[in-house]
Amino acid sequence: MSREMIIGAVQRGLKRGPLPADQKAMLAGRMARPPRHLIPARGQLDHEARVALFMMYVEREFGTAVRLPGLADVPAAVADYLARQNLAPALVASPHPDLETLPFADTMLNVRFGVSSPRDAVSLTHAFAGIAETGTLMLPSGPTRPTSNNLLPDNALVVLPAAMIFGCYEDAFDLLRAAGGMPRNVMLVTGPSRSADIEQTLELGAHGPRRLHIMIIDGEG
Amino acid sequence: MLLTTEAFKQNATGAMADAGLQKALARAKPQFAKKRQAAMDKLPEFEALRETAKNIKNHTIANLDFYLETYAAAVEASGGHVHWCATADDARQAVLKICRDAGAKTVTKGKSMVTEEIHLNDYLEANGVTPVETDLGEYILQLRREPPSHIIGPAFHLNREDWEDTFRKVHTDLPADRVFRERRDILTEARGKLRQQFLAADVGITGANFLVAETGSSVIVTNEGNGDLTQTLPRVHVVVTGIEKIVPTIEDTLALLRVLARSATGQDMSVYTTFSTGGRRAGDPDGPQEYHVVLLDNGRSGMVGTPFQDMLRCIRCAACMNHCPVYGAVGGHAYGSTYPGPMGAVLTPMLVGVEAAGQLPNASTFCGKCESVCPVKIPLPNMMRHWRDREFERHLGPPAMRYGLVFWGFFARRPALYRLGTRFMAMGLGFLGAKRGRFSYLAFAGAWTKARDFPAPEGTSFFAQYAARQKAAR
Ligand code: SF4
Repeated sequence: MSREMIIGAVQRGLKRGPLPADQKAMLAGRMARPPRHLIPARGQLDHEARVALFMMYVEREFGTAVRLPGLADVPAAVADYLARQNLAPALVASPHPDLETLPFADTMLNVRFGVSSPRDAVSLTHAFAGIAETGTLMLPSGPTRPTSNNLLPDNALVVLPAAMIFGCYEDAFDLLRAAGGMPRNVMLVTGPSRSADIEQTLELGAHGPRRLHIMIIDGEG
Repeated sequence: MLLTTEAFKQNATGAMADAGLQKALARAKPQFAKKRQAAMDKLPEFEALRETAKNIKNHTIANLDFYLETYAAAVEASGGHVHWCATADDARQAVLKICRDAGAKTVTKGKSMVTEEIHLNDYLEANGVTPVETDLGEYILQLRREPPSHIIGPAFHLNREDWEDTFRKVHTDLPADRVFRERRDILTEARGKLRQQFLAADVGITGANFLVAETGSSVIVTNEGNGDLTQTLPRVHVVVTGIEKIVPTIEDTLALLRVLARSATGQDMSVYTTFSTGGRRAGDPDGPQEYHVVLLDNGRSGMVGTPFQDMLRCIRCAACMNHCPVYGAVGGHAYGSTYPGPMGAVLTPMLVGVEAAGQLPNASTFCGKCESVCPVKIPLPNMMRHWRDREFERHLGPPAMRYGLVFWGFFARRPALYRLGTRFMAMGLGFLGAKRGRFSYLAFAGAWTKARDFPAPEGTSFFAQYAARQKAAR
């Protein structure tokens, strides 16, 4: 009922009936091959400049970022980070193959793979992509990437291959499309959670993580 | 909340005498403009992006029927459900039915202006379902039973003392003598309280900033992460939003995102921009089992094909109110409608009728600042003028204004008389105000001069000066 009413009212307003078939085909074509709009110059840099810009914007948005030579360096970097923040050496890690094969045994870290609970203070996740133009992470959901792990723990540690840092959002979404289309959930995350609701004064750690630490992996793994 | 737009004038007078509110306004106003400008300065393409954003929205509205149908089909293809709702009542009932079917006792809510528009909380509560607002600003307003005063900073009219008082009154399970040393302590207390709610809720309700026709996704934009917890943890996720949020493709959405946060808070990008597409997939370790979209019309389709069609481009960034001198003087509550500021003055008469919205379109100095900052270039002052005309035609204005305008109209249509009249007025006022150069009181303009001074004319009228200059140029 409502559906016909709404569509009817829109068409009356547009002073036409349903679109003719050729028009519909044209619009469907626009959706099948979505045209890109103006992309800011700062979203079109070469690889090294992209990584540098990405890191700069992450830090400006109150996150932290480091570069590591390879995946094998992650466990020590995590242990080091937790020690510096005075956090217990325990974390929940997303069940991603790149994380499951990390040499955690060489450290004192207590690692559990799975979905985070409200008791977990630290999470380690794997980002699908980074976007340089605003220092943004792309975190899609899926069997290897529980959404809760991006949200519940107070400290979010993220592994991001340097090769997956793109200039603009569009490039990252193209890759996501190529990987099989939209998953249930895609988070674009720019810095740690915050609120300015109390007297317009910025406070970090509103409902999501208070700290966001990104480890950029340069090598193949 | 009760709609009190008819009382705008009274509300405004009260607001200007409210010391707490004036303190909050004085703190917030300069910040809004400064932050937006800083974001602008870092993106040379911003002006071009505004034009792009406007064109995307215009293209969508011109084909809105097609994109709505396409969107709904895509939602259903991804396993979600669309509930088309012509009226606010349809939408309230649809949400309640989803809650009842889910056996929900409590629902958590992300920030949603559309649920404010349809007064969803009162309705759910009256029907035995407890809604819990999770955006910090919305949370304290719910505790205080106040409506939001701003579309993105709902509690910005409150001061720190208000937060502390309210938390002490409501969170009675915590030690009464606890100290809030910093703002951070207030935040931590709220976070702790709301964590329990997130985990207990059966249904999570969010709004949407965009609905993507290509993929059937809803997009929310937040800084706190409350919207994400709301839509991730409960078994059922309900999106309540308006039909004008449709955007054709991901690329179109990204172009709009590039102007949204910059216009709103001056951030390049909000912290969380999240696309949701259907419910939990095979193999997904978390996420809601069910995904519903309650798609509300409530007067929006009636704007298509009218002088107010462009208002459907609005992406609710709040830049227009952040830069509005009237909003800056009286705050959001004085407007008495869900949507305050210039965008509210245009939208409200469309949603509740021009009679009920009364004086709102007049709550403007027509300075044009709102239009100049609007990321989708909505001609807000023109639209307010349209409403004024309609209101005037229907004899809805107060007598002083009506007679004043008729009086002015009589002279305006008789140029010779007008010139003569203004010349005498300018001379008279110039003579009377020559000493101080301004008036702090003018007969028939008492309300105007109460808040500001009227500059004394230099002694000649605009027409006289113009004529003299033309002559000199020849
Ligand atoms: S009218 Fe323009 S400036 Fe105002 S909220 Fe809407 S999009 Fe933003």
